[in-house]
Amino acid sequence: MIRKELCKIISQQEIAADIYELTVQGELVDQISAPGQFVHIRVSNGWDPLLRRPISISSFDKKQLSMTMIYRKEGKGTSILAESGPGELIDILGPLGNGFPVNEVSSGETALLVGGGIGVPPLYELSNQLVAKGVKVIHVLGFQTEAAVFYEKEFLNNGETYVTTVDGSYARQGFVTDVMKDLQFDCIYTCGPTPMLKAIEQSYSNKKVFLSLEERMGCGIGACFACVCKSADDPTGVSYKKVCSDGPVFRAGEVLI
Amino acid sequence: MSRLNIELPGLTLRNPIMPASGCFGFGREYSKFYDLSVLGAIMIKATTLEPRFGNPTPRVAETTAGMLNAIGLQNPGLEKVLGEELPWLSQYDVPIIANVAGSLEEDYVEVARRISKAPNVHALELNISCPNVKTGGIAFGTIPEVAKQLTRKVKEVSEVPVYVKLSPNVTNIVEMAKAVEAGGADGLTMINTLVGMRLDLKTGNPILANRTGGLSGPAIKPVAIRMIYEVSQAVSIPIIGMGGIESAADVIEYFYAGASAVAVGTANFVDPFVCPTIIKELPDLLEKLGFEHINECTGRSWKKDGQLAYHRA
Repeated sequence: MIRKELCKIISQQEIAADIYELTVQGELVDQISAPGQFVHIRVSNGWDPLLRRPISISSFDKKQLSMTMIYRKEGKGTSILAESGPGELIDILGPLGNGFPVNEVSSGETALLVGGGIGVPPLYELSNQLVAKGVKVIHVLGFQTEAAVFYEKEFLNNGETYVTTVDGSYARQGFVTDVMKDLQFDCIYTCGPTPMLKAIEQSYSNKKVFLSLEERMGCGIGACFACVCKSADDPTGVSYKKVCSDGPVFRAGEVLI
Repeated sequence: MSRLNIELPGLTLRNPIMPASGCFGFGREYSKFYDLSVLGAIMIKATTLEPRFGNPTPRVAETTAGMLNAIGLQNPGLEKVLGEELPWLSQYDVPIIANVAGSLEEDYVEVARRISKAPNVHALELNISCPNVKTGGIAFGTIPEVAKQLTRKVKEVSEVPVYVKLSPNVTNIVEMAKAVEAGGADGLTMINTLVGMRLDLKTGNPILANRTGGLSGPAIKPVAIRMIYEVSQAVSIPIIGMGGIESAADVIEYFYAGASAVAVGTANFVDPFVCPTIIKELPDLLEKLGFEHINECTGRSWKKDGQLAYHRA
């Protein structure tokens, strides 16, 4: 069930250039059903900025009723959010959407988790849950530049981890797809920029692939029809999926990206 | 005794608060947050004869105290609305106002004729003012004679009262209001969104795929208040006001301007509970302002005997 709640900030810190890790406590954590779900945060009590900010959940702990989110400070809204500190209350709507299906891969199999930039965070909880199930995980994480890299150690603790930077300032120069082609796996879970998702979908049509999409959202709950995409089986017709409430995770080939 | 019940053509409302069309879907999403029967009415998403996918994305862009949208009247079409959405809504004790849209006069007439027969549809909202579709819509909403003609045609077939939704994107909204009144409109809903645009800082291109979109939210409230103030003095049919309402105080301001009920739009996206919250807070605010009933507020800003209660003391 979706809840709207004032959650208490436990901690917030900048973990890479303009990348913030925010941990809050609230009853709504108990409602989270899968890694890859997101929340909608109201950053201002007034009307500017007006809309909530969709932020993905990077990990959660139901016993502590705490969850961690990682976001990039980019515009007005996330800049205000970055100013808040421990003890403050923030208005959160969630959990929203459908996350990654962890049961699509079994113990003993290998899952490849591919993240690009601010698409990396939801893969962390997924990685934790897959490891707990006995699934072997391999991570490929792409960033723009060295200063933007985060959570490399955390992912390394769960399994093999490859980092790429577009400018070559850290680890391997290039894109995540350059690394992927040398790896063996049974299933791909990915989140990141649309061109990356498209490339992965096209190159691995023979594999089980799950993609988490991003789109500008209004309500976050499926009412406003801002974040729709076309169903892949009806490219010129009127069939659609809503990224916020039908997604954000889709099986490759389900929607047109 | 309720301070909030309102009688309007076709509508017996337990309170004058309803979600605005396009901001509430067909109610399913919000029914997960609260019992829809607490609402005065529900204005459902615009319905066209055939299903529509709408515009490409991005469809929304934020602005200061507002947002632009260019959804493009995405809806499942008349058959599905009649067969699935309205029957689903009938589990709630709440009158439905069906927003009717189209490209051609005959589309509007056909949708109006059939949707007005649905048992829980108590009124129609004739959408002659959507800024985000290429044909129809806005053309019907900007030429008084065309709007009047369409209103008359829809009135001929509708089994329930017809409210016409006015566009603010006109030079003279009073003229439009008078034209649709002459065409037989039973009421007005106003205002639809204001056409606007936002550009991307990095690319210089419009953020919306449709290039332009409709501005809604608190930013447009003063425009709506001014227009309702002018129109309500020029016509003798009731007005359902909308545009940036987010609090009980906003509701009273709309009534002062000349509205007899209000719709809440964009605020639903920010706070899914905004409608029930306003409904809960209104009686206390009326009490504080010295009103026995909310209908005493309508047109206070211009009525000759309209001195506010707290000024009388």
